[in-house]
Amino acid sequence: MRVALFITCVNDTLFPDTGRAVVRLLERLGHEVVFPEGQTCCGQMHYNTGYRRPAGRMAVRFVRTFEGADAVVVPSASCAAMVRDNYPRLGGRGSRLSRKVAELAPRVYDLTEFLVDVLGVTDVGAYYPHKVTYHPTCHGLRMLGLGDRPYRLLRAVRGLELVDLPGDTECCGFGGTFAVKNGDVSSAMGADKARHAVETGAEVLCAVDNSCLMHIGGTLSRQRSGMRVVHLAEILASTEREGAHGALEGSEAGS
Amino acid sequence: MSATFLGIPPFPEAAEKAVNDSRLRHNLRKATHTIRDKRASVVGELHDDWQRLRAEGAAVKEHTLRHLDRYLEQLEESVQRAGGQVHWAADAAEANEIVTRLVKATGETDVVKVKSMATQEIELNEALAEAGITAYETDLAELIVQLGDDLPSHILVPAIHLGRAQIREIFLEQMAEWGVPAPEGLTDDPRALAEAARVHLRERFLRTRTAISGANFAVADSGTLVVLESEGNGRMCLTLPQTLISVVGIEKIVPTWSDLEVFMQLLPRSSTGERMNPYTSTWTGVTPGDGPQEFHLVLLDNGRTDVLADTVGRQALRCIRCSACLNTCPVYERTGGHAYGSVYPGPIGAILTPQLRGMSSEVDEALPYASSLCGACYEVCPVAIDIPEVLVHLREEVAESPGHLGEKAMMAGAEAVLSSPRALDAVQRAAGLGRGAVPRHLPGTAGAWTDTRDVPDVPAESFRQWWDKRGRERG
Ligand code: SF4
Repeated sequence: MRVALFITCVNDTLFPDTGRAVVRLLERLGHEVVFPEGQTCCGQMHYNTGYRRPAGRMAVRFVRTFEGADAVVVPSASCAAMVRDNYPRLGGRGSRLSRKVAELAPRVYDLTEFLVDVLGVTDVGAYYPHKVTYHPTCHGLRMLGLGDRPYRLLRAVRGLELVDLPGDTECCGFGGTFAVKNGDVSSAMGADKARHAVETGAEVLCAVDNSCLMHIGGTLSRQRSGMRVVHLAEILASTEREGAHGALEGSEAGS
Repeated sequence: MSATFLGIPPFPEAAEKAVNDSRLRHNLRKATHTIRDKRASVVGELHDDWQRLRAEGAAVKEHTLRHLDRYLEQLEESVQRAGGQVHWAADAAEANEIVTRLVKATGETDVVKVKSMATQEIELNEALAEAGITAYETDLAELIVQLGDDLPSHILVPAIHLGRAQIREIFLEQMAEWGVPAPEGLTDDPRALAEAARVHLRERFLRTRTAISGANFAVADSGTLVVLESEGNGRMCLTLPQTLISVVGIEKIVPTWSDLEVFMQLLPRSSTGERMNPYTSTWTGVTPGDGPQEFHLVLLDNGRTDVLADTVGRQALRCIRCSACLNTCPVYERTGGHAYGSVYPGPIGAILTPQLRGMSSEVDEALPYASSLCGACYEVCPVAIDIPEVLVHLREEVAESPGHLGEKAMMAGAEAVLSSPRALDAVQRAAGLGRGAVPRHLPGTAGAWTDTRDVPDVPAESFRQWWDKRGRERG
């Protein structure tokens, strides 16, 4: 299958390892990955902060860039949710944008949805010999309804010990511009999430959204907790032959 | 004599103080988690039925709001037919004036109150005090707040921010001034505290001849008002006095008696986490020889028709004040209610207060941002109010209003970069080159990040650079 990758601006700029991992994973599973070069950002930050018009313009760009794709894979639940849940609210009723969004949105998938629902795989042949806990990020949990998909994928990873995260469904406190507009509350929420994460005794906390991981990881690192955060894609891309980042030496979020 | 929310700073500032208050944080964490878990268990036991009930509750409310003019007239007619009198109040001042006049006409200077959000919203107690009338709160938590000269911090449990040791102190110090004193040697055992309140209140119930209430529901076709409660204080206030005055927001209407079956299931499970609340009182006008012989219904607008005109924002008027969104909100859990600067705190407050008050102040403008948009409120709301949607909608109003120049410039700059792959690439390359120079603590707004969090390492090359290179290598 030919898969169009929407990397997202945050991953593109700060977490390219996640993108490389998605490419490696999908190619290993026998699919072709394309990267439409016109892509930039889904507009989530503008939309969530109240800047609807810029968000609308970015939605138009997104639709134009991806409308021909059979499947669009996004390694970020909140960006996938932006397209699927919020784009329909951006165009007026019956507008050109609304029609195009209605046509495209059903083919836009978070990585875990694409693997489990479209490709029908849970065992992707990964090997990751670490103790890991999973944080279900809010937009993946409540907007996309990812459910048990990430857990099924993680449980099939050889060598991986998966442990439950206490208070897992509670928001980590990132919230985009909320993290700075309400820095104190955001930090208080992050501190509790970090405490729960450390309590698990896991070595790695993983999620499907690097923006949340940047916040949790930044907190864990500031606390010198000795725990690191890793995007789920990087775990799934790891095999016995290639480590988390293949032949490439790379940075992990917050490490 | 009673505190008001005036003078509370905008949310981020008020929240900074709250998150650093260890006693507050402890009290809130304990209380919200207890009630959150109780709710989850009684909602969970209904399985799929819950979502059907929720959809039905939302639909009934939505329908009523769309035809509110018709149902209001019907309610007025039904109440009058049953022997009650109906008054219309456009705003808080008018409502206070009506109630004050009605109480004065009874010749009484003391009134007992059933816990009511509408009367708090209009600051009725303060208005009555100015007219020489003392309003006595009879709900336990409301009593604690009143005795402590404090502010409510929760819709259902206004004293949720206090622990029992603090409540004991308030009782010992203040009860005597208001009536029957607290017993000597009062401990902080919840039973002992409740007993002290019972004794204190009972004397008041038996003596007072005028009561003021709100209502959870007003049934248009029968003219019946409904109050759900847990302590029995409401039942006392609604049955013993001679005169009853109920101040009710115009959005509290349901069309028919049978619509109550939906809400009688939704509300207790969502609010106290019970299958059924201990006391449900209903009254229809006056019944000769039974209960209050004079009944006044004051229908309160106070900004509600303006909210109704906003097609996105108006869903906030479906709210049945269950407080589930507060109890589940991670922001509320860490700040408590006072930081929201309004009698309506938490997620519902963040969308209702700015709409009712019109976003004319810094406090109100900050409220739509008091959320990480995690969506937990929407998930638990028994009438499916999409609170995140309304929050974003209100943020749009703020962003389109004058001022906020720094943020607007930042957003415009971001758009300029993010709307062009080439500009984005250029910024990424520059960042890659300067990656070693990122300081650990950043100045300005970004400092709010680096106060508590490290910034991630900037990679040497962006994904798109890597992709490009790979493409070229592969030919
Ligand atoms: S908004 Fe919904 S959850 Fe919150 S108090 Fe109102 S009805 Fe309850």
